[in-house]
Amino acid sequence: MNNFKMLRPENFKEYSIAQKTVSGSKLPFAGGTDALDLLKERILQPDYVVNLKRMADLRGIQEEKNHVRIGATTTIAELAGHPVIREKFPGLQQAAESIATPQIRNMGTVGGNLAQRPRCWYFRGETYHCLKKGGGMCYAYVGLNKYHAILGGGPCFIVHPSDLAPMLIALNATVHLLNAEGKRRKLALKDFFQLPAQNLFSETVLQEGEIITHVDVPIPQAGNKNLYIKFKERETADFALVSVALSLNMRGNTVKSGQVVLGGVAPVPWVVKEAESLLNGARLTEALAEKVAQAVVQRAQPLSQNKYKILLTQNIIKRAFRLITEA
Amino acid sequence: MSSWKPLDKMTILSHYYPRIEGPEKVSGIARYTYDLQLPGMLYGGILTSNVAAGKIVKVDTTRAKQVPGVRVVLTDIHPTGTIRFAGEEIAAVAATTPQALEEALRNISVEIEKNAFVVSTEDAMKPTAPRVFADRENVRKPRVREEGDVEDAFRKADVVVEAEFRTATQVHACLEVHGSVVHWEGDELIIYDSTQAVHGVRKDVASFLDISPRKVRTVCVHMGGGFGSKLRGGRYTAIAAKLAKAANAPVKLMLTRRQDFESVGNRPDSIQKIKIGATKDGRLIAMDAVSYGSGGISGGARVRLPHVYKIPNWRYVHHDVYTNAGPARPFRAPGSPQAAFSMDQLMDMVAEKLNMDPLELRLKNDPNPTRQKEWRLGAQKIGWQNRNRKPGSDAGPVKRGIGMAASVWMTGGRDTKAMLRIYPDGHVEVRCGTQDIGTGTRTYVASVTAEELGIPLKKVIPLIGDSDYPYSGASGGSTTAPSVAPAIKNTADKAREALTELISDKLGVDADEIQWKNNSIRVQNKTLSWEEACAFIEDEPIEVHGKWTEGLSSAGVAGVQFAQVAVDTETGQIQVERVVAVHDCGLILNRLTTESQINGGIIQGISYALLEERWMDPTTGTMVNANFQNYKIVGSRETPEIEVILYDEAERGVIGIGEPPTIPTAGAIANAVYNAIGVRLFTLPMTPDRVLEALSQQRS
Repeated sequence: MNNFKMLRPENFKEYSIAQKTVSGSKLPFAGGTDALDLLKERILQPDYVVNLKRMADLRGIQEEKNHVRIGATTTIAELAGHPVIREKFPGLQQAAESIATPQIRNMGTVGGNLAQRPRCWYFRGETYHCLKKGGGMCYAYVGLNKYHAILGGGPCFIVHPSDLAPMLIALNATVHLLNAEGKRRKLALKDFFQLPAQNLFSETVLQEGEIITHVDVPIPQAGNKNLYIKFKERETADFALVSVALSLNMRGNTVKSGQVVLGGVAPVPWVVKEAESLLNGARLTEALAEKVAQAVVQRAQPLSQNKYKILLTQNIIKRAFRLITEA
Repeated sequence: MSSWKPLDKMTILSHYYPRIEGPEKVSGIARYTYDLQLPGMLYGGILTSNVAAGKIVKVDTTRAKQVPGVRVVLTDIHPTGTIRFAGEEIAAVAATTPQALEEALRNISVEIEKNAFVVSTEDAMKPTAPRVFADRENVRKPRVREEGDVEDAFRKADVVVEAEFRTATQVHACLEVHGSVVHWEGDELIIYDSTQAVHGVRKDVASFLDISPRKVRTVCVHMGGGFGSKLRGGRYTAIAAKLAKAANAPVKLMLTRRQDFESVGNRPDSIQKIKIGATKDGRLIAMDAVSYGSGGISGGARVRLPHVYKIPNWRYVHHDVYTNAGPARPFRAPGSPQAAFSMDQLMDMVAEKLNMDPLELRLKNDPNPTRQKEWRLGAQKIGWQNRNRKPGSDAGPVKRGIGMAASVWMTGGRDTKAMLRIYPDGHVEVRCGTQDIGTGTRTYVASVTAEELGIPLKKVIPLIGDSDYPYSGASGGSTTAPSVAPAIKNTADKAREALTELISDKLGVDADEIQWKNNSIRVQNKTLSWEEACAFIEDEPIEVHGKWTEGLSSAGVAGVQFAQVAVDTETGQIQVERVVAVHDCGLILNRLTTESQINGGIIQGISYALLEERWMDPTTGTMVNANFQNYKIVGSRETPEIEVILYDEAERGVIGIGEPPTIPTAGAIANAVYNAIGVRLFTLPMTPDRVLEALSQQRS
């Protein structure tokens, strides 16, 4: 990694002062499980690394009246083990527990999980000057793309690696941001992510100097069922080949409303828009699952080596519906 | 000829006992080459090519030399200047800190005139492919081996099966990367190396540096994995020695993880087209096999065919194919897991065509009497009789199956010397220039000594891993135990004779009046304890030298494995649930470490079967997955219940077991997968995408 200086703000005010008074590129750093890799491979060579872990306001889980607030530097392990999360959002617990290894879950944070960079082996390899790094070609498009996008790809074909994001989007989470000037904004988590066609260089709408402060997850209405299934090539520790986040508001066996969000198949957590109309008022049956699965893959555009993801995605969606029916 | 004492007289050997350096290793006290710090030591590193083919035109080190902390920059380390794979050495640096080293390496600018390259074996076989070596075709002249009359036998065959199998390039991926810490004392070079061969490294590095091997000493106390990739001296060691000489300081040079993946060995891939003919009563009579495979810029891709089963008429034609990739090195049973994957699947295919039990077909065609018993034992343990009789017939998306495959390994051992000292306080020190690559060698150097002298294990101090100790060969080919154990026994026997002689001198009795019992010595109606006997030694310890002798070891083992899998037909995931492994290795020196060896071989075999694959980028010719995230190796969740059954043949003496247990695993799993889903997987690794693809093809 390159030589850098460390900034260690204790609170939001110090964060803003640091941003305003210190010039140079800055990398926010919390658990470091992604940032260190990016530094070591010199994908990023910042002048400053900004340690966020000293900012107490960023950490912790609080239950409010209508939502649960999850601080950005809350660790994945804390999230997975929190009683409110386990009670209200089994899908979020499942997503958290599916991530990496216990060691990484103890270090990695919720904010970092949402803002992490893609794991594309060309993006991560210093020697590949790919589109995402300002180069002229997508190496995956012409080369090795077994793990790449089947939906929403082009001109870059990364998949978004987050497990928390699909589930949080399915649960209608809102993400809260703080920018370099100390101004705050909030947006629906689904609008936090952007496709390469919109912005090749950033997977999120975060601006320079802007950080995630927390995520608010509305407490589900009575009758809500949610779950997360992640399929990994290597069960011990891996990113998703395909994952499905499912949140259904049920009345008896009828779906009032619901969301299906996919991981591992697109450059962003992939909201299955077709699902909303298919789900509203439908009875929870195998045929419904089949329809949702069909709707997703009709838009799929596989590359040379990832056609298998189409069938896999269909099967995982159907499995998710089967499991939520049994739940 | 010497012989071991009977099994029922053994108190340590053939029992379960922990490896003696275990506490050091699990507590982090054990120091590996990577951990060493010498006073004034510099950090050495190599700049390797990220271009797959070309000519080095210019190397500019001006900026690198200006980096603070840089002591030496070498640019003459590439032997020819012609680059044939990404990962070849271009320049080297020694600096006072790892940070300065990295900075300097990045500030060397290299101009390479690029040439066309080819990294896939199939592409390299095309007539239009770029040549890896200008003066040679990529597809090398075939090696042909043949017995009997193949064409005639196929005419007589009642059934013929034919298939094409593919296996991926597997990388050794040692947890401790290759590397050395080197130190010159005058014109003598001391190498601390992560190696499987302290004596081999001494010879090889002396030859690289054009100095006498007498001037080189190699030390390896603990090492973190080799699997065949650390059997020779490394160019990196010679480079470290040059840096150290120029800097007049010790240098630590450990390869980067990427370099370790790219340049220091692999198990070559294979494309095997095999046809088998059998009679209707289930006798194999003919095999016709052709294979291609690439060891990158080296050869060594031959598959060990025919595998295990007796086939009177066979032909095997192998072509090594050059590609612009790092050279192969021996990898735990070179050529054999590939052969078990193809041959044991063909056995099941023949059995199915004959409507015969695959076990029965094997019993009919396996000429080895030990394996005959092992097949039956394993089949009983796994519950072969309760298997899924109709492949793919389980209800539901997750289907289970059982499969089997065979192991064979032919090497024995020899050529080891040892030196032993008995001290007056009763301690015994044994020196032997072997090394422990994680197999338990150090432990049996002590336990063979303790067993033969009738003393507790803790009285023996085993000293190994140093080329100044008496000669022993490389730890490869499963040769170590049958080489080392007999030499230690012979040396211990001589020590006992020497002590007997000393006592007889001191007491003025004939040597034959001194009788050795377990734990004691009878002389003149008195019983001497070991300590009392040793007290006769005055100042200088007794010192004896011994060597490998005939009669204490053999060559050749059998072995079988049965695997039970669950295949998720919706995801393509294969979960190995259970493996039953029946292996023999003659006299078992230590049941605990032997079982560990077998567990390790099976886990590595599962990894080869399900996950491991080197991916070479066609655009740049570089390895895209040269890290542990994307080069996937099985972990705890992929590890099944393993039942090891050791088949004792103590009368044969000591035989190695390092390689045999990794041979049949992938073949057994592949057969189990077919038994589970009724679809055969012809390509390794059997990843979910390939399983789903095979299932889709079956449906359409």
